[in-house]
Amino acid sequence: MLQRIAALVIKELLATLRDRRARLALVIPPIIQLLLFSFTGTQEVKNIGIAIFNPDTGQASTELCKRLEASGNFRYVTFVQSTEAVADAIDRQQAIASVRFQPDFSERFLSGQNASLQVILDGRRSNAAQIVNGYITTIVGQFVAEQAAPGRMTVSDELIQPRNWFNANLEYIWFTVPSLVAIITLLISLNVTSMSVAREREMGTFDQLLVSPLQPIEIMIGKTIPAFLLALAEATLFLLVAVFIFRIPFHGSLPLLYLALVTFITSIVGVGLFISALSATQQQALLGTFTFMVPGMLLSGYASPIENMPQWLQVITYANPLRYMMVIVKGVFLKDLPPEVVWANTWPMLVIALFTIPVATWFFRARAS
Amino acid sequence: MKIEIESRDPQRGALSERSSSGNRRVETGAASSDSRSFAVEKFNPRRLLALIRKEGVQILRDPSSILIAFILPVILLFLFGYAVSLDSTKLRVGVVMEERTPVSESLMAALRDSKYFTVTPGFTLKEMEDQLVAGKLRGILVIPVNFSRLFTGNNGGGDTAARLQIIADGSEPNTASFVQNYIRAAIGGWQTARALDQGANAPPNIEIETRMWFNPSLESKNYLVPGSIAIVMTLIGTLLTSLVVAREWERGTMEALMATPVSIQELVLGKLIPYFLLGFGSMSFCTLVSVGIFHTPLRGSAIVLALVTSAFLAACLGQGLFISTLAKSQFIAGQAALILGFLPSFQLSGFIFEIRSMPAPIQALTYLFPARYFVQALHTIFLAGDVGAVLWRDGLILVGFAAVFFLLTSRVTRKKLD
Amino acid sequence: MNNLFQPETSRIDGPIVRARNLTKRFPKAKKPALAGLDADIFAGRITGLAGPDGAGKTTFLRMVAGLLDPTEGELTVLGVNPATQAEEIHIRAGYMPQRFGLYEDLSVQQNLDLYADLRGVPDQERAATFERLLGFTDLKRFTKRKAGALSGGMKQKLGLACALISKPELLLLDEPGVGVDPISRRDLWTMVQDLVAEGIGVIWSTAYLDEAEMCESVIVLNDGKTLFSGAPAELTDRVRDRTFVLPVTHARRQALQRALDVESVLDGVVQGNHLRLVLREGAMEFDAAAIGLEGKPKHVKPRFEDAFIDALGGPTRGESRIAEAMRQIPGDDKSVIEAHDLTKKFGDFAATDRVTFEVKRGELFGLLGPNGAGKSTTFKMMCGLLKPTSGTARVTGLDLQHSGSQARSRLGYMAQKFSLYADLTVRQNLDFFSGIYGLKNGRRKAVDSMLEIFAFGDQADVPSGQLPLGFKQRLSMAAALMHEPDVLFLDEPTSGVDPITRREFWKHINGLVEKGVTVMVTTHFMDEAEYCDRIGLVYRGQLIALGPPDELKRKVRTPELENPTMEDAFVALIREFDRENGVKS
Repeated sequence: MLQRIAALVIKELLATLRDRRARLALVIPPIIQLLLFSFTGTQEVKNIGIAIFNPDTGQASTELCKRLEASGNFRYVTFVQSTEAVADAIDRQQAIASVRFQPDFSERFLSGQNASLQVILDGRRSNAAQIVNGYITTIVGQFVAEQAAPGRMTVSDELIQPRNWFNANLEYIWFTVPSLVAIITLLISLNVTSMSVAREREMGTFDQLLVSPLQPIEIMIGKTIPAFLLALAEATLFLLVAVFIFRIPFHGSLPLLYLALVTFITSIVGVGLFISALSATQQQALLGTFTFMVPGMLLSGYASPIENMPQWLQVITYANPLRYMMVIVKGVFLKDLPPEVVWANTWPMLVIALFTIPVATWFFRARAS
Repeated sequence: MKIEIESRDPQRGALSERSSSGNRRVETGAASSDSRSFAVEKFNPRRLLALIRKEGVQILRDPSSILIAFILPVILLFLFGYAVSLDSTKLRVGVVMEERTPVSESLMAALRDSKYFTVTPGFTLKEMEDQLVAGKLRGILVIPVNFSRLFTGNNGGGDTAARLQIIADGSEPNTASFVQNYIRAAIGGWQTARALDQGANAPPNIEIETRMWFNPSLESKNYLVPGSIAIVMTLIGTLLTSLVVAREWERGTMEALMATPVSIQELVLGKLIPYFLLGFGSMSFCTLVSVGIFHTPLRGSAIVLALVTSAFLAACLGQGLFISTLAKSQFIAGQAALILGFLPSFQLSGFIFEIRSMPAPIQALTYLFPARYFVQALHTIFLAGDVGAVLWRDGLILVGFAAVFFLLTSRVTRKKLD
Repeated sequence: MNNLFQPETSRIDGPIVRARNLTKRFPKAKKPALAGLDADIFAGRITGLAGPDGAGKTTFLRMVAGLLDPTEGELTVLGVNPATQAEEIHIRAGYMPQRFGLYEDLSVQQNLDLYADLRGVPDQERAATFERLLGFTDLKRFTKRKAGALSGGMKQKLGLACALISKPELLLLDEPGVGVDPISRRDLWTMVQDLVAEGIGVIWSTAYLDEAEMCESVIVLNDGKTLFSGAPAELTDRVRDRTFVLPVTHARRQALQRALDVESVLDGVVQGNHLRLVLREGAMEFDAAAIGLEGKPKHVKPRFEDAFIDALGGPTRGESRIAEAMRQIPGDDKSVIEAHDLTKKFGDFAATDRVTFEVKRGELFGLLGPNGAGKSTTFKMMCGLLKPTSGTARVTGLDLQHSGSQARSRLGYMAQKFSLYADLTVRQNLDFFSGIYGLKNGRRKAVDSMLEIFAFGDQADVPSGQLPLGFKQRLSMAAALMHEPDVLFLDEPTSGVDPITRREFWKHINGLVEKGVTVMVTTHFMDEAEYCDRIGLVYRGQLIALGPPDELKRKVRTPELENPTMEDAFVALIREFDRENGVKS
């Protein structure tokens, strides 16, 4: 039995690595994704512009404008001359926010009355807009505090000491690259397993396997191991790229990470085999992979935090292996995740694997005969 | 009568013989006096209609095209509607009270009352740290031992007193900046409220009147849902189209078609029109679902939406056709469509990820894919309305893309197998 | 309208296709796909295009159809240059590509409508045209059926109808007979003859040499080069007086092998209770006693296939080395393959209906039948690929559905089309099969000996997908035989294969049977059926005849047909079954 499986594994590896198209499919999309995603997968707010309309020429508004301009939060600050121009700048997405002063802003403010300014945000990009709003509020708040009561304690750096642990400068790439290690590993293991049976079906070699002494379970194992090895190899490659090219700090334990990776891949391979048992053609396998990938990514906490989702959707995410792997991979990289936390996120994947593999095997047997 | 068979290929000189019997002069393009005409028609509506009808039957009979056009969009809209919410509504933060004084209690209460936080109280940093590492907390506010003294200013030695510490989990940078900003804002609010309570003469203030245009309730689904329509359109236009053309090559039906009088224009249009209609149907369906079920606003007019969608679909279909003329196997066509169609529309369109925040070379790259313009136009139509300046520009660029792809396709497509 | 297809060929006098030094090279290919072809093809006759797979037949047809441009040389089709005036060819010529170019998810009528629209058949003629074509192809009953659900023979007829829809002057048929049963092939031939009678020119590419022989003129290609061009009789004439039959009563296959070992014998096959031999050029006499036979050789008319093999230099000589290397399986007169009331239902439709037969150890058993008759379903159940709805299928006494692995390790299987791993080299493929069949000791030795026996030589490390067809065939066989199986299942093993390779293949099979291997084979080649000890004829899901080839032939002997061929027997038995069961054929 071992010999038969070994023969199958060797064949599978050779077939995958010798087929130029399969080799390309294994290497090119992951690399493009790693590069693109690493830089694009950001929700950081940088390089944005605001528009200022200041019909007041007084000292207070001029000073505030200077502060907004000098804050470094906004790449482009445009001064416009009419309310229409403000609206236009936002419509055309040249500015994500605009600040409009009252015509008698300085006069009111300096005379101790409440002055007001209007901030308009582009709700089409609500995430960035909210952050921009935060910047503006902070700058204005500080200005008020300093002007009104010099020397008095206010919300300022003197009162608050901000600290970002694990990633002091909030480098976005420290978040994306480790996450991508998990996502791309998912993609590879899913793609290899789901396509491999469909390919043999289309080429007619699957019948050869079925008439041989191989048992369905052996075919399953023979399909699992190569996908497993390939995914692990690619994951290793991406770990190296992350550490040596992207210079992401690696604080945790490598053996722990591999232990988790192994469990993760096993659970995914189960899903891949399930897809391949269902699909008759490579096209169906491709669409099947796709149908699992997109929700899998969206429900993993990568695109948006899980706690923002409705409660019932959060429950669904417990069945998503990627959810756990995300915590582990980022944690091991940046936080030196302790073993008990790694385990707390590993056993659910183990449970998923213990479910998907037998179900896939069952399906596979049912389809084989 | 004489027969004259003329060679139209003088270099090859393939046909120079003349025969003395027979009664017909063979001439391409010329109407003959014969009962049958060999006039080579470049365009014949009847042939085109036949191709469209054939494609229509195939679409209706293949569950996978229906899956991509109508089922997958619902799943995507649903997920983008519910799962991907970029608005951090409830941040899990820990508050460490190293001192228990009325001041610290009141700050704690202020955070608790805020709708932005789920507060876990504690007394030592150590217990909170573990939870931060495990990802159970997103941030920690530390109220230090001598905080109230510092704050009330009883003691002149402010420098020696510890400050409030906001610790955020930097492994999620986006959430971390939310944590920093929100806690800071909450403290500010608390401080002002306290000052007023203590009867301090209210300092002159600047009232900030904030207006969120287009999306006042600040729901990210309002811009994610229109954005996801772009993804579905790409899948139909590029992925499905390139797969079905590749399938005709693999099954040998393309060879049979090429041996008929069908012209290349008809072949191309015969693929374009059905998938255009399918994409358009899917688009209408998506719009109905997103407006009807997810209650996204649709502020622009349906006509403008239809026009811009048409331009984008044309660009995608052009891309799909172009891919399939180069890649004649489903496997390669599928991979190429994913890399050139799906990934850009997901990552480079500005639909989830801010284009302006990307490094300059990648920002430049986004201009090369139609998805960027379509997502921008969709956001405008759904949330802002018919803003002529944006829509004209984006629409024309999309038409330009379509034109380029069709030009390329017609350049590389010949009715030949080699 | 006076004629069925109103030919309009009068406009061109002389050849409708004229090729001079026609050459086609594909980028990256070492050898040209077609080299220096000279041909004149005339209207009003069928021109055969014969040759093994990869000889350049399809390349030629595609150039004629204006789908490929020649690299060198001249080509004129219907008076125009297909490279520059392809549009005109597309209007005036009909082309049926391999696999017939049908949309499988469209119905028969929808396919016809599509091609009628594309070819601009006027509305007023349409009803009449469909009526004619459907009547002519006997597809009237199936207009609503999806093309994908038709049998191979019916697909072929539909493909022909689509190619004929606008009365072409020239009809190009690319291997219409591959994978199609003899009855459908006969029908097709008759149909095409009717067309020819009306003046249409037809080019018929084929791997079946009996088809080529019936053509008025034939072009034989091999490896891109023209071996022969002219009337088949001209080529056949070259082996005149060199062909004869010799009666043989028992041990026919052994006798054949002995005959083939004789120096002067070029080729030989079993034909009922005779050996049919072809002598080498110059050899005139054959001494039957030399191979231990008593009968007198009787000269027979040479066939095109004899001449074809002669032109290619004859099959490889010598005993089957694979059979030599095989252990002798002791004969025990037990039934090795048993089907009992075997039934497979798809919904209400019984693809196989209560089929019962037994195959004894060391027997060569052939399963024949028209396309869609249930032959493959039966075959698949026997080797465990399909689960029977009821009844049992046993191999070496074991039920494959239950005993699985152990039983399967004693059978070898060779699939219809080449289905090994195209990206793996010959050696890697063999390694793989020796591994999954659990060859323990001497695995490397087994692989090496296979490489040697099948003479792979320097091809051993070539990816199997790049091998010439003959080598692919050998590799498939080597893979099926690595583990020295007791039972061998062969599913249309020679479909689309040239006669030389087929000879070699059957030499091995015959040798293996001598060693006691039990073989079950399906085929559409009736001459191959002659090798079988017994034949089962499957039709409409039932086993309608079972017995040795000669017995089946005897059954259909009539005063008009005194010496029926296997093909005659096949056709007659099926017609008879239809008559008895009141089915309109």
